[in-house]
Amino acid sequence: MEMLALLGDGFATSLSPLNLMVVLLGVTAGLFIGAMPGLGSVNGVAIVLPLTFIVPPSSAIILLAAIYYGAMYGGAVSSVLLGIPGASTAVATTFDGRPMAQQGKAGLALIAAATASFVGGTISVVLFTLFAAPLADLALAFGPAEEFALVLLAFTTFVGLGGDDKLKTVVMICLGLVLSTVGLDLISGQPRLIFGDMPGFYSGISFLVLAIGVYGIGEILYTIETSKTAPQVTPAKITFRELGAGLKRINKMWKTMSLGSFLGFFVGMLPAAGATPASLMAYGIAKQTSKEPETFGKGNIEGVVAPETANNAASTGSLLPMLTLGIPGSPTTALLLGGMVMWGLVPGPMLFIEQPDFVWGLISSLYTANFAAVLINIALIPLFVWALRMPFTVLCAIVIVLCIVGGFAPSQKMHDVWLIAAFGVAGYLLRKADYPLAPLVLALVLGPLMEKSFRQTLIAEQGNVLAFIERPLSGFFIALAVLFFVLPLVQAWRRTARRAIAPAE
Amino acid sequence: MLVADRLIAGAIMALSAYFMWHATVLPIGWEGETGGPGGGAFPFWLSLIMLLCAGGILARSFAADAKASFFFDRTMLRPLLMVVASLVITIALIPIVGAYVAIVAFLFWYLRIYGGHGWTLTMSLTLATPVFLFFFFEATLKILLPKGITEPLFFPLYAMFF
Repeated sequence: MEMLALLGDGFATSLSPLNLMVVLLGVTAGLFIGAMPGLGSVNGVAIVLPLTFIVPPSSAIILLAAIYYGAMYGGAVSSVLLGIPGASTAVATTFDGRPMAQQGKAGLALIAAATASFVGGTISVVLFTLFAAPLADLALAFGPAEEFALVLLAFTTFVGLGGDDKLKTVVMICLGLVLSTVGLDLISGQPRLIFGDMPGFYSGISFLVLAIGVYGIGEILYTIETSKTAPQVTPAKITFRELGAGLKRINKMWKTMSLGSFLGFFVGMLPAAGATPASLMAYGIAKQTSKEPETFGKGNIEGVVAPETANNAASTGSLLPMLTLGIPGSPTTALLLGGMVMWGLVPGPMLFIEQPDFVWGLISSLYTANFAAVLINIALIPLFVWALRMPFTVLCAIVIVLCIVGGFAPSQKMHDVWLIAAFGVAGYLLRKADYPLAPLVLALVLGPLMEKSFRQTLIAEQGNVLAFIERPLSGFFIALAVLFFVLPLVQAWRRTARRAIAPAE
Repeated sequence: MLVADRLIAGAIMALSAYFMWHATVLPIGWEGETGGPGGGAFPFWLSLIMLLCAGGILARSFAADAKASFFFDRTMLRPLLMVVASLVITIALIPIVGAYVAIVAFLFWYLRIYGGHGWTLTMSLTLATPVFLFFFFEATLKILLPKGITEPLFFPLYAMFF
């Protein structure tokens, strides 16, 4: 009951004229960003973050969350109309969305995607509301030792569960952590890694600079290289009759949708997993449990519904650990976390006690954002068809200008703009060579917390390293982290062992 | 292209070594009196792990069955280099001729000369962008963009909005 009262208060915040406008603006911007091939929620949030200085901090976070939400809806648009996923999270939507569009059912596919996103969003927001307060209460017991163990666990999930090359993942985590130590040592206050006394490095490397570089400039370079020929836009028309027919068909898929939502929510909470694997898993399960699995990939509407519920649910799921524990569940939420810290709203359990208005305002704004997104999405479909015809050079020019100016604005130093260009090129090359970028960004955001909690614990315990395992909660997290780290080693060892036996047969 | 993979792994190794060298300015060992590692320890040892892993990636690329992860479409090299070059030139010009001239020049070059778009599109975007930037950043947020030698031209505008 107390939760409902808090949520009610939250609605009073999120339904204020300014915040309502912010949600509508954010969702619309997010829809367009998501719909553009190559740009997803993480790119949108990185590029738009410097522009959010224009509203107060709490509204800025609501705006960014709304963009995140809108981009999740928008990703399906180019998956269906172009056959190119608007963001990696919408890959699975192309499997059946594209064939449907080629059969002239683009409108139906888009309606299905929007409705499924709405269902996934709604179920996961309810789950979020239920879990948020208890998880924050649990996290109140955390000391620096638990914080360190939890951050370590977050990184090891990339090694144990992430699909990328293990060595490359470790390299990227270390690189992010080392970059986070640039500037002043947080315990002794001495400058370190300032590279020959360059004054620009004294204030450290902002997560925003890395994010704009990697997800703004780097993404543009990547898209330029891969988008050799202009793709064909399939026209889509939406009539009320189609809308009714679509809703009727989707109404029969509650099993798929609720499965996708729960799956997405829990997979989304893991830093290494997130919306892309969640949507692929949901697609796989829908196909396996279907009565007619052979129609999947040929334009089965269920193949659009399943991944779209999952990716929206996952985006909400990844907000949960970010807000309650201060550990982001995805690169986009890592940027939200960085933004919140920048504005003095430090995520974690204390936020629920100190800033309940903000926390519940944000949670309730997810409800309004979800509702706004489904309506705006369906209403603006003709506009998307038009916008997708926009030549890439125009989009590219706008993004580059926003990256330059947005990189300059927060610190007002040209040093940061140069760093953005360098990170952009480096990020592009690393991505080309299959180095995962999400752990890099996450590590830069979490680095200060990890080092601070590690050294605080050791100072408090007079240098006793065992302190991390002696505390039950932190010991449990460390054990899990070790497991995730050892798992790929065991797998690799078994594989070589099997290969050694094989020739003898 | 295994060469590119090796170059990138080698570059990461060099970068790690460079980080380690800089990290040794602060104590990298165990601090007896305070307990816990010194200020340079975190970057030093993490860079060492990075160096070793990148070394592993490099060594792996010499294995007989090594597969390249870096692929590149050579026909796209030119547009890519053009964008990088124009980005670098634009950033370099900002402190000298000011953001408004540099960005307008970039947009004009990129849309009209490089992109080959029509005059209507080029001019509307090229002219609308600085106006938006001025009102958004300078008039509303009070964040002054660098103006370089064009600074005096903005005095009347400052007088109007501040």
